[in-house]
Amino acid sequence: MLLSSVSEMMEWGVRGAPSTRPAALRWRVSSLLAFVALWSAAGGLVEATRPFNPLFLPAPWVVIGALLELARKGQLWMHVAATLQRVAVGFTLGAVLALTLGLLAGQIRAVRNVVEPVIELLRPIPPLAVLPLFIVWVGIGEASKVGFITYATFFPMFITTVHGVTQIDGRLLRAAQSLGARPRHLFLRVILPAALPDVLTGLRLGVALSFFVIVISEFVGAESGLGYLINDGRNFFLVPQMLGAAMLLGLLGYAGNGLVRALERRVLRWQHPR
Amino acid sequence: MKIDVRGLSRTFVAAGRETPALLGVDLEVAEHEFVCLLGPSGCGKSTLLNIVAGFLRPSTGEVRVGGRPVTGPGADRGVVFQEYVLFPWLTVAGNVEFGLQLKGTPAAERRAVVARYLELVGLAAHAEKFPVQLSGGMKQRVAIARALANNPEIILMDEPFGALDAQTREVLQDELGRIQRVEHKTVLFVTHSIREAVYLADRTVVMTSAPGRIKQIFTIKLPEIRDRFAPEFTHYESEITRVVKEEVAKVHE
Amino acid sequence: MVALLGVLGAWAVVSYGNRALGVMAPALLPTPGEVLAVFADTMRDGSLPRHVGTSLARVAVGFGLAAVAALGLGLFAALCVPVRLMLEPIIEFVRPIPPLAFLPLFLVWFGLGEASKVAFIGYTTFFPMFIAIAAAVMRVDTTLLRAAASLGADRVDLIRRVIVPAALPGIIVALRLGFALALFVIVGAEFMGADAGLGNLIMEGRTFFVPAQIVMGALLLGLLGSLVNVLLLATERRLFRWREAGAAS
Repeated sequence: MLLSSVSEMMEWGVRGAPSTRPAALRWRVSSLLAFVALWSAAGGLVEATRPFNPLFLPAPWVVIGALLELARKGQLWMHVAATLQRVAVGFTLGAVLALTLGLLAGQIRAVRNVVEPVIELLRPIPPLAVLPLFIVWVGIGEASKVGFITYATFFPMFITTVHGVTQIDGRLLRAAQSLGARPRHLFLRVILPAALPDVLTGLRLGVALSFFVIVISEFVGAESGLGYLINDGRNFFLVPQMLGAAMLLGLLGYAGNGLVRALERRVLRWQHPR
Repeated sequence: MKIDVRGLSRTFVAAGRETPALLGVDLEVAEHEFVCLLGPSGCGKSTLLNIVAGFLRPSTGEVRVGGRPVTGPGADRGVVFQEYVLFPWLTVAGNVEFGLQLKGTPAAERRAVVARYLELVGLAAHAEKFPVQLSGGMKQRVAIARALANNPEIILMDEPFGALDAQTREVLQDELGRIQRVEHKTVLFVTHSIREAVYLADRTVVMTSAPGRIKQIFTIKLPEIRDRFAPEFTHYESEITRVVKEEVAKVHE
Repeated sequence: MVALLGVLGAWAVVSYGNRALGVMAPALLPTPGEVLAVFADTMRDGSLPRHVGTSLARVAVGFGLAAVAALGLGLFAALCVPVRLMLEPIIEFVRPIPPLAFLPLFLVWFGLGEASKVAFIGYTTFFPMFIAIAAAVMRVDTTLLRAAASLGADRVDLIRRVIVPAALPGIIVALRLGFALALFVIVGAEFMGADAGLGNLIMEGRTFFVPAQIVMGALLLGLLGSLVNVLLLATERRLFRWREAGAAS
């Protein structure tokens, strides 16, 4: 049977015996191929038999075709750039704010006591609920989108930064002090490096969250961007366009995550030397 | 039931490298015998125990229990682990009756058996507590009661007192000795402590450093109830220490 | 508690002060009083309970369906290497795509009715819960399995009496996070193509330029989320009494 047997569980736990490399590769690749094949078959079948408008279930090549068409007309890059720009600016602003305030709050109790209650009050409110408020205040332009991303990403990044600072083992600081470190040294050479893992995790969360929320703000009142492309497709049932733009978004989010992970690996080399 | 180990070897493969843990071990444990496995770190004594328990499969050779080959774990070989491994979501009583529940033993009988074994290990008053409320020594006693309540022919113990402080350790050794005089199980007991082995064992098997083989077997001819300060006791201790030290030195080379 | 009053106080000062000094258009900065007024009005005419009920119903059904699927599939995947290897590439492909990006697709496929919202919530919450549940099950301590096997447990026994109880705390955490995600996302889903629900109520606040309504809706959502979270945590603590040191016997 496919389920882990008792003797396998004795040696390897619930997860069962690890698969050999070639076998694992075979499973993964065949699964991907099956997925694409199924999708293509479904799409092709719908095109051929037309139980409903084939636009509702486009085959993979139709989706890619739609994307290429947009690229050819020069529109695709415009939308991608718009989304990336908003994400980049919004995330950076959110990160700068979160890190500065977080580092301050982590070290100075007074700052923490002032800021934390506000955060605790605002945190349970889904940022999406506040989006219309941004639009009312700042209008439908770039500023409201960027501002919204900043707002949404600020909280998790702030909280992880504060946590990163406050969880630092006090003995590390005492050790540094007994080696002659002054406050400036303590901050730069102990607190910052020690908090870095948590801070970077927060950044990764922030990147993911940026892509998460940009979509909805580009649905509501935008004339450009991948989110706009998706929502606009609703008007003429351009499902290939909607699927294609969604996949592109996924790709961008994946790339962003990958960037932070690469940064993590470089900067946190001390965690996994070899 | 007796344990028969023949030509047992076990090699671990990790990251493309092969590490032999056991090499050609032959051992017989007679019925009702208490045998200790002793040796330096990495000598394979826990691996040997795990194979007899059926948790690991040997690379070569086989283990027979009561004449039948071992193919996996089973209720005929109860195990007591170093980390107690009680089921945290069950009470003490729930833990002790676990094996009986699996067998479908009726509730009244289960209660009687649980009461008997909790009495035996001195924890009758704690039947409804959860493991998280118990001390290390108490947890280990529950583990022993749990294994015994299932009435296995063989009990396998993997450094069961290793996580306890020295005083608790000696108390539990006394208790185990007392229990064994009542229950007369076939026991295979892994330990680091020479003192412990001399106190508990009928025979002590000293193993070599990795890859593990049997270096020497000592038959402990001491009375049933042993005095840790008797000269004969100390004699065995020093003899075995000498042999073990040779192997320990090899580990640190 | 003091902090909460402080924040409320600050809000009151800023908003009433704004009225007095006329820094910003008064409508843009609603006062606590105005927000309460909207709350009272919508309670009185019964629209608020209806909106809240609609949103909660969508969350409950969508989350419920996803939870059942995530539990079944998660347990299965944890025990089966080939299934895990097969699902892995598909999940890696779908996971980076923000669920909200599929919302318009769900609207196209399922129309503007309840089905699209429920299906969307189900889709959004399924993957994170599935991954977390599979992870929780795989994390079960191997020595627990060994202990049970040496007491005579067969595979079914292991699953029923060891793996499930041992993984349960982690599973509940996964469900709690899934529910929080559902609440997070329902608002966005109700911004578009909905005629009821809290998200719709909030969007109305923008359409008809009543910021107080937006603030009220947002605060209410926050309150609801906190309440549910507290309830779930309390349930968790009761269920897992055996984790607490010194628990009453």
